[in-house]
Amino acid sequence: MEKLIYGMPESLKNVSTTYCPGCSHSTVHKLIAEVIDELKVREKTIGVAPVGCAVFAYDFWNFDVTEAAHGRNQAVSAAIKRVLPDNVVFSYQGDGDLASIGMAETIHTANRGENITVIFINNTNYGMTGGQMAPTSLLGQVTTTSPKGRDAQHYGYPIKMLELLAPLEGVKYLERVKVTNAASVIKAKKAIKKAFENQINNTGFSMIEVLGSCPANWKKEPAEANRWVDEKMAEFYPLGVIKDAR
Amino acid sequence: MKKGKVRILAERCKGCNLCILECKKGELKQGKTVNKQGYSVVEFVNNGKCNGCTLCAIVCPDAAIEVILEAEE
Amino acid sequence: MSGKMLMKGNIAIAEGAIDAGCRFYAGYPITPQNEIPEYMSKRMPEAGGVFMQAESELISINLVFGASVAGARSMTTSSSPGMSLMQEGISYMAGCELPGVIVNVMRGGPGLGNIAPSQSDYFQAVKPGHGDFRMITLAPSNIQEMYDFTFEAFDLADKYRNPVMILTDGLLGQMMETIELSRGRKPLNPRPASEWALTGAKGREPRKILSLLMKPGALEQHNYDLWKKYDEIKKSELRYEFNEKEKDYDCLIVAFGSVARTSKGVIAEGKDIKAALFRPVTLWPFPYAELREAAKKAKKVFVFEMNMGQMVEDVRLAVQDDSKVEFYGRPGGGLPSQEELLSFLRKKVK
Repeated sequence: MEKLIYGMPESLKNVSTTYCPGCSHSTVHKLIAEVIDELKVREKTIGVAPVGCAVFAYDFWNFDVTEAAHGRNQAVSAAIKRVLPDNVVFSYQGDGDLASIGMAETIHTANRGENITVIFINNTNYGMTGGQMAPTSLLGQVTTTSPKGRDAQHYGYPIKMLELLAPLEGVKYLERVKVTNAASVIKAKKAIKKAFENQINNTGFSMIEVLGSCPANWKKEPAEANRWVDEKMAEFYPLGVIKDAR
Repeated sequence: MKKGKVRILAERCKGCNLCILECKKGELKQGKTVNKQGYSVVEFVNNGKCNGCTLCAIVCPDAAIEVILEAEE
Repeated sequence: MSGKMLMKGNIAIAEGAIDAGCRFYAGYPITPQNEIPEYMSKRMPEAGGVFMQAESELISINLVFGASVAGARSMTTSSSPGMSLMQEGISYMAGCELPGVIVNVMRGGPGLGNIAPSQSDYFQAVKPGHGDFRMITLAPSNIQEMYDFTFEAFDLADKYRNPVMILTDGLLGQMMETIELSRGRKPLNPRPASEWALTGAKGREPRKILSLLMKPGALEQHNYDLWKKYDEIKKSELRYEFNEKEKDYDCLIVAFGSVARTSKGVIAEGKDIKAALFRPVTLWPFPYAELREAAKKAKKVFVFEMNMGQMVEDVRLAVQDDSKVEFYGRPGGGLPSQEELLSFLRKKVK
């Protein structure tokens, strides 16, 4: 007698996503869907998609999703949560959406301690628009707008978002993970699940930063891109729990 | 020893081959067939070593791998 | 509170919203509308709603966007510079077909300008944001209308699933008058949010609220669909005040908002000049045909505004005879007095 022990989560629509092969957005979409299934909250979940590669998330998740203007994601999700406190509301954003144009929205939503979950994919560039530098691009990183490699004098320094938010009282849980192999995917899923459970337990603002690979714009094979995350990104952006004030 | 097998959802696979790296038993290999989107679909070797550990399915970005456990021998 | 009340304009806006079932307000401090967030910070929780002080007008309008996505009747208020920051969010609401009420208590511009009353955001209101969209723009000219129009704006917003703007100014915002609070009147709630809002896909297919339409031709079609709504609005929501239809008049004064009040004084004082007032109440949709009709009988059409000439362009479109149309406006918070308007009128009519 055969038994299916791993398959498509119900909270993921059976359509192929628009993401490139090996892109971490895909992986995290799957993990969020698995977590929402396990917590049995699919019918209460409202996702807020960013502007960027994940703008089409409403086509991939099998629950209510809206799309916020670029950077305004956490204002939208905070208001949804205030109006519907019993629903599960999460912001899903890339680094341009959250750490650049949406920085004020991010800091103030965190500082207000809004009881939402934020899933932040940091792949050090603006993917959808073709690989421009982002606030999280590493020093020396070549992008389409830092052709000679990012230098601090002209472009400033890469921003560690979790460390920036940690001192804010309203912030209850911050963890940084990656999804470069099965082991790290398992850890990432645990972190994402914790961030959703925090919300369900009314703990307050939780954010998970995923160091994500962007094979297309980094011009690397998926496996090579993951190695770059392991060696270069994880070196600058320390993995693990940055804050746990629950 | 548990006996497992893997089913690839061909239209979801994008040929990123990360699952091949993850499989410790060499039960996955680069595919020769191409799906509607033009991605080469990974193939299950099926040389009897798969124990249903699901690592391939876990790392797969696109939830394109189903893992089935067969009855204990 | 019910019955007759002496009330400040800004407060009347807040009360109108509460009575209409608005249960989410987000605002940011900017003169001359500070009374509204201040008052709402006390009143909204009393009414069982959500008050949020945002950290910018960008955040205010997007909080209203989110509350509307969740199905709450929501409102934000600001003044000219803040309204510029809200243009993006307003366009997204129109694109996503989300209701919401936005109030602009206008002040002098451009730039930081000043805090005196003005009407120089007319263009921005009737030709808003980016993309081909419109929003019903109601221009009150007394405190009763500040209350009534805000109250009615919520039904209009839900009926057409589109933002609605109340375009007023610092004068009306700060002024007090006795008004009748119609507590008995119930909002009609024409298209309840349960039909379209995101509340969780329980017992229904998941919904999505978005404005990005990339499939070839999809956005074009979406625009045509939006404009079917706007044509419907033009047919059924047009409002203007023109009480002297039968009277014979030599000249017609066209003015809105607080300048329409001054114009009534001009007509009363300038008995020797047979003048009548045509007051657009919805600035969009604009009463082109009705104004054209009214202008036929007049030798001269005078347009008075607190700006360098904005509504006058729509008046010229309506009247179609430039020789007839005279404009007098004062920008930057300049308040045209009854005397100066009357002397301008007399000079031109001779």
